[in-house]
Amino acid sequence: MAAGTAYTPPAHGDRPARPAKRRTRATPAGMVENRRRSALMAHGVLILGLLIVAFPLYVTFVASTHELREITNAPMSLIPGDRMIDVYSRALLRGSANLTSATPVWFMMWNSLVMAMLIAVGKIVISILSAFAIVYFRFPGRMVFFWMIFITLMLPVEVRILPTYEVVANLGMLDSYAGLAVPLIASATATFLFRQLFMTLPDELTEAARMDGAGPMRFFVDFVLPLSRTNIAALFVILFIYGWNQYLWPLLITDNLETVVVGIYRMLNVGDDNADWPVIMATVVLAMVPPVLVVLVMQRQFVKGLVETEK
Amino acid sequence: MAEVTIREARKRYPGATDDTIKGIDCDVADGEFLVILGPSGCGKSTLLRMVAGLERISEGEVLIGGRVVNELEPKDRDIAMVFQNYALYPHMSVFDNMAYGLKIRGLPRTEIRERVEAAAALLELSPYLARRPRQLSGGQRQRVAMGRAIVREPSVFLFDEPLSNLDAKLRTQMRVEIKRLQQRLGITSLYVTHDQVEAMTLGDRLMVMNAGVADQIGTPLEVYHRPATLFVAGFIGSPAMNFVAGRVASGGGAVELAGGHRLPAAIGGSAAGRPVTAGIRPETLVLADNEPGAVEAIVDLVEALGADTLVHCRVAAAGPDATLVARLPGSVHARQGETLRLAVPDTQVHLFDPETTRAIV
Repeated sequence: MAAGTAYTPPAHGDRPARPAKRRTRATPAGMVENRRRSALMAHGVLILGLLIVAFPLYVTFVASTHELREITNAPMSLIPGDRMIDVYSRALLRGSANLTSATPVWFMMWNSLVMAMLIAVGKIVISILSAFAIVYFRFPGRMVFFWMIFITLMLPVEVRILPTYEVVANLGMLDSYAGLAVPLIASATATFLFRQLFMTLPDELTEAARMDGAGPMRFFVDFVLPLSRTNIAALFVILFIYGWNQYLWPLLITDNLETVVVGIYRMLNVGDDNADWPVIMATVVLAMVPPVLVVLVMQRQFVKGLVETEK
Repeated sequence: MAEVTIREARKRYPGATDDTIKGIDCDVADGEFLVILGPSGCGKSTLLRMVAGLERISEGEVLIGGRVVNELEPKDRDIAMVFQNYALYPHMSVFDNMAYGLKIRGLPRTEIRERVEAAAALLELSPYLARRPRQLSGGQRQRVAMGRAIVREPSVFLFDEPLSNLDAKLRTQMRVEIKRLQQRLGITSLYVTHDQVEAMTLGDRLMVMNAGVADQIGTPLEVYHRPATLFVAGFIGSPAMNFVAGRVASGGGAVELAGGHRLPAAIGGSAAGRPVTAGIRPETLVLADNEPGAVEAIVDLVEALGADTLVHCRVAAAGPDATLVARLPGSVHARQGETLRLAVPDTQVHLFDPETTRAIV
């Protein structure tokens, strides 16, 4: 509901009687059975889908709890082994056994975390500010700038990878956190999202704030930020996962600052040698944890944001 | 406390070929309640927003308390505004909504609390201070918007159709409250509305606007009894004034209508032959069966309102297509097709120049 519209919540007594949802008593027995059958069907399909998605994850987990020997012996056991603590601590603290310069996984995860946070926070900060400028200020070339930002939608990193690499190399940012994050920070999607959001805020709100003496930055902090809180949370989830899953760009520019996604690839790339499968699988499981955590933690914010209808 | 002076104010939007506000002059005395009345699109809100500082003034000046405010930010004009949709801050409690402006001004916390609580008590909002705007009813929101204006203790209140989002009953109630509040606080107020009942009841004076021009500025009764233009005459009063075309009769004292009838009117003979538009308020028409000056009217449509009966009728004596609306007592039972005899006292006929649309005095 829009803030301004005068909406008087109807008293409970005034509400038109809602048609009864469950009319089991009134429906013939055949229909009840039908409904039950379709519910069973729906659940069956959902459970099947869940199993298909979950099974590889389960196998990954199982593989990370055995020794290499047991994994390579076909058929692999589908029951978790007893080497879990050993394998995980090996992965976290030492990395893959048969790499000449193994990076411990905790460091890879730290790199991934820094990159993902820099990208998510950076993108949100830059795009909310640029959307604020575009929506609330009349400056020459406003629309030109907006369309310039918009056009970058068509130019993801993969398309402009060579020039971007050159720029980053010339700036001496190869193999640095800045080099990892900066080229991925400029974001047209987020700018566009915030622009649309700001345009739904009624003009009177801005004017009332102006009457109250709030300058532009004051308005930004006291109104724009709190009113876009839920959108920021949603965007953060998406952008964090986007950042965490980056592969091509970190692969290209990092040497020592290996991210966990790139790390998995390097662990696999051991030529004739046997890959250290338990450690790789443990790394895979570990790599999944932060995005899952972010989703789980932020989900609450999500739901709250959806239920709260303040704007 | 301050007077507001508007001098030759003009507004032209960039790219527009015509002025939206075409030079308005007005003095609002200290403590006066001025209602700006007009149909939608006449520029009344634009004028208010120019005073508020939300629209640039293209030409002319606006003075508040003797100080030219053209270049001042809204916050520096010592004004407070109540918006049509209230524009409450959705993410703040009622208390914070009212306190926000004071916080920005850097008032001490205790004083903010005192002022907000006093305003809340005045508006009977004390139990709702912790609530969010969306948890309030329309009338309560309206009061919060008023409270936000009151706590600032401004020298001028600006109201932009503050009651138009309320239902009819609440509107009447809030109208009385606003009037009472304004009298009690004695703060100069500018109030924009398109509702003539609101305008007549609230205003010390009215400014009737028509297409960017202030057609008339005067007390509600002046505007009602001596409308300065055809537009004002037609806009004020419900049902609207009847207009019939005619010419000033030779020798004066009457207007000869297109249908041949001599309508008695207060006008001298020097203007004989001059074309005029005669305006007759529906409520001044009376049934006059035996009077010689009465005209025959064939009833077209009857609207019985209880206390009054509105009778729409065709009057051949006034002109070929002339229809008049008469507001007759509720005791009159007219039927469609029936013939009535209507008369109007000569002092109650308004004369306008059809060219300039201005009243002929």
